[in-house]
Amino acid sequence: MTYEERLQHVSVLGAAGKMGSGILLLTAVEMADLSLKPVNKGKTFVLNAIDVSDEALSGVMRYLKAQILKIAEKKVIGLRAIYADRRDLVDNDEIIAQYIFDVMNVVRPSTRLEAAYDSNMIFEAIKEDSALKVKIFSQISQNNPKQPWFFTNTSSIPITVLDEGAGLGGRIIGFHFYNPPAIQKLVEVIRSKHTLDEVNEFALAYAKALRKVVVPANDIAGFIGNGHFMRDILYAVEEVHKLLNDMSVTEAIYAVNKISQDYLVRPMGIFQLIDYVGVDVCSFIMFVMNPFTKDEEIHSPLLDKLLGMGVKGGQYSEGSQKDGILKYEKGKIVAVYDPLNHAYVPVSQFQSKVDEKLGTMPAAPAWKTVVGNKAKDDLLKPYFARLTTASSLGAGIARDYVKKSKEIGKHLVSSGVAFNDADVNTVLLTGFFHAYGPINEYLD
Amino acid sequence: MVAGYNTISMGSGRKEFSPKRERPGLEDYIKEAGQGTLKQIGGAQNVDECVIGNFMASRFNRQANLAAFFPFIDEGLRYKPATRVEGACGTGGLALMNGIKSVLAETAEVVLVIGFEVQNTVKAIYCADFLAPAGWAANRKDGHAYFFPGQFSERAGAYFEKFGRETTRKGFARWYRNAIENARLCPTAQEYHNTIKDLEAAAMVEPNAKAFLENLTALDCSKVSDGASAIAIMSEEGLKRCGIPVTDAVEVVGYGQVAEDITKPPPDKTALTTMRQAVSNALEFAGINIGQVATAEIHDCFTVAGIMAVEALGLAEHGKGPEYVIAGNTARDGKFPINTTGGLIGWGHPTGGTGVHMAVTLLEQLKGKAGAAQVNIPDDRPYGLMANMGGDDKTLVAIVVRK
Repeated sequence: MTYEERLQHVSVLGAAGKMGSGILLLTAVEMADLSLKPVNKGKTFVLNAIDVSDEALSGVMRYLKAQILKIAEKKVIGLRAIYADRRDLVDNDEIIAQYIFDVMNVVRPSTRLEAAYDSNMIFEAIKEDSALKVKIFSQISQNNPKQPWFFTNTSSIPITVLDEGAGLGGRIIGFHFYNPPAIQKLVEVIRSKHTLDEVNEFALAYAKALRKVVVPANDIAGFIGNGHFMRDILYAVEEVHKLLNDMSVTEAIYAVNKISQDYLVRPMGIFQLIDYVGVDVCSFIMFVMNPFTKDEEIHSPLLDKLLGMGVKGGQYSEGSQKDGILKYEKGKIVAVYDPLNHAYVPVSQFQSKVDEKLGTMPAAPAWKTVVGNKAKDDLLKPYFARLTTASSLGAGIARDYVKKSKEIGKHLVSSGVAFNDADVNTVLLTGFFHAYGPINEYLD
Repeated sequence: MVAGYNTISMGSGRKEFSPKRERPGLEDYIKEAGQGTLKQIGGAQNVDECVIGNFMASRFNRQANLAAFFPFIDEGLRYKPATRVEGACGTGGLALMNGIKSVLAETAEVVLVIGFEVQNTVKAIYCADFLAPAGWAANRKDGHAYFFPGQFSERAGAYFEKFGRETTRKGFARWYRNAIENARLCPTAQEYHNTIKDLEAAAMVEPNAKAFLENLTALDCSKVSDGASAIAIMSEEGLKRCGIPVTDAVEVVGYGQVAEDITKPPPDKTALTTMRQAVSNALEFAGINIGQVATAEIHDCFTVAGIMAVEALGLAEHGKGPEYVIAGNTARDGKFPINTTGGLIGWGHPTGGTGVHMAVTLLEQLKGKAGAAQVNIPDDRPYGLMANMGGDDKTLVAIVVRK
């Protein structure tokens, strides 16, 4: 089966979810682009968008339309060439409308898993639940005569566990998009012990067509991205505990969040990132990873406790941030959740006091001005030199944090999760939009 | 011509502009410009006739029947004769011509002329659709997504081939620099807030055909603008009626109005032959040569059009426009300052308003009222020239005015 034939019939499981909808979008566009090639005239391309809720599927169709419009506007120069024979389409807006229709026309929303029984390949982006994934994969595999390939978006479950559990005989690969898939350039590709070569080859070709940056990772729970992220969280929580002698828990959360953003020149602070991903998702990823990590406890009682209190984070369907550990107004952090009193405490109540305790911050470049800047070393090197000599409490915590992040990165390589330092850095640079890789020599 | 008024040319580049925020509508622009001129001529009761120039409000703003906006500007304009004219980007020039001819025909002593366009209602990619009818509709289907920029990119390509790419691109870059430097001196200019340090280096970045055009970059193009300009065209009788001394006005001493077949490709892609004809008619009408002109406002919708216009004016030989510009001749301190408030690239290009804006700028320069943007107008060269172009060198108006 050729690349194009394989993509003629595809299903996305969990298509209405945050990751699933992005995967759906990218795949729909890729399939429609194939269908519009002159050689494929007359061939049908079918993409089942499968999820449990009709309401959510209706929402995802609206999301698709809005996103395809943006994509079409960006590539209208190319689209005019594709539709050159359609003499009835003259203006850009007519071309764009036709393209939106042609992409949407590939997609079939459905709440029935049976729709996947005809597909050549299945993208899976359902809940991080190993047993559920195994159950669904084996059900499809048993009922689908086409021996479909499974592309799982799991960010933490070893692929071999799914492969062997569902009896797929290597017809599976980890294809881990970053959130949101339509924008994030990174894909972690993880082979199970048995993944067939042709599945891997297809995965690489598909990633290339989507213009993604592929980083291969070994099949060890959490892979590179969450391997770093989860340990980064645990370290941040540790730092919060250390500060409790000197400040309240909300103050400490605020302080560590601030340091991990401003002092570390990251796009967002660690607790905001947890909210962005979802407290529930983070907690669950740890739960999944933990049994596979020897000599190490990947588990945060604080996150579990917050989750137990209903602090979840995550995003609204239109993409804005829900309140989590932090409370947001128009994207800005305005309060921190206090697990002792079950209430948000406004940042304004303690901000100046905590900032004073952290001390004068060495002048740092804004993340925005560093990321994507070709000469970023010219900004970062002098900054880290200032950070090295600064004597404030905040600077000390920041230095330790940077060193810890490097240690985590190094550990991912030495424990065989990542093949090399560069791959770890690529994941943090592209998948997490960091301005610099964790494995660096800024503080050496 | 007297009593000019320009609104701000609003669009990307202005600090106060945000595509997401709600913006003034076309009626606000028309009203501001119209009232700006009426205030200087003693009010609406002095006006005999009104002309409004606009290219494509029917699509940008879903609005036609624009002549009926005059009574909205001022109730005193109710029941006065009013006309809307259209000639694509040359609309403003046609509006002026209508006013001039009414005065010459003695059917009016005072004509209020407004030109405007409000284009930021849509993204640039749809703007391209709305502006495409300035060319021959039959060519649209096979044209570039950005239809007009595409046509001028082709012209640039032809010019590169015939006269050399490097020097020509350097000419473009110098043209851009002059435009921005002039715009920075004019508070209503769209590029007034431009802070690029090395303008020529920015303009020398290679074009990217996949993202935009083969031979031009975004800096080679005028931007999407919202703006309106107004001016009054009067006889001496009209000036008296309004109590304006003759010395406050510039005198229209010649014009050239020329049209070329829109269905045909340009006879020479490297030259603006219709503009050359219009300018030559206007100079002949005025009985002067280009050497007597102190400054010009010319239609640089693209840098390449600016370069070719320099040649069409007779300032440089065919193929020598880039060198002439690179040498600084057209800069504000050069021997022939062009587009002294930035032109279409620097001040802005609210399509239907551009011709009127040119006339207002000439009026200000010749009367020493251009503020920080003022250039030297030598006593022995008391003339100003404007050349306003509709479409790809199709509908042309050139006007010569005297101090």
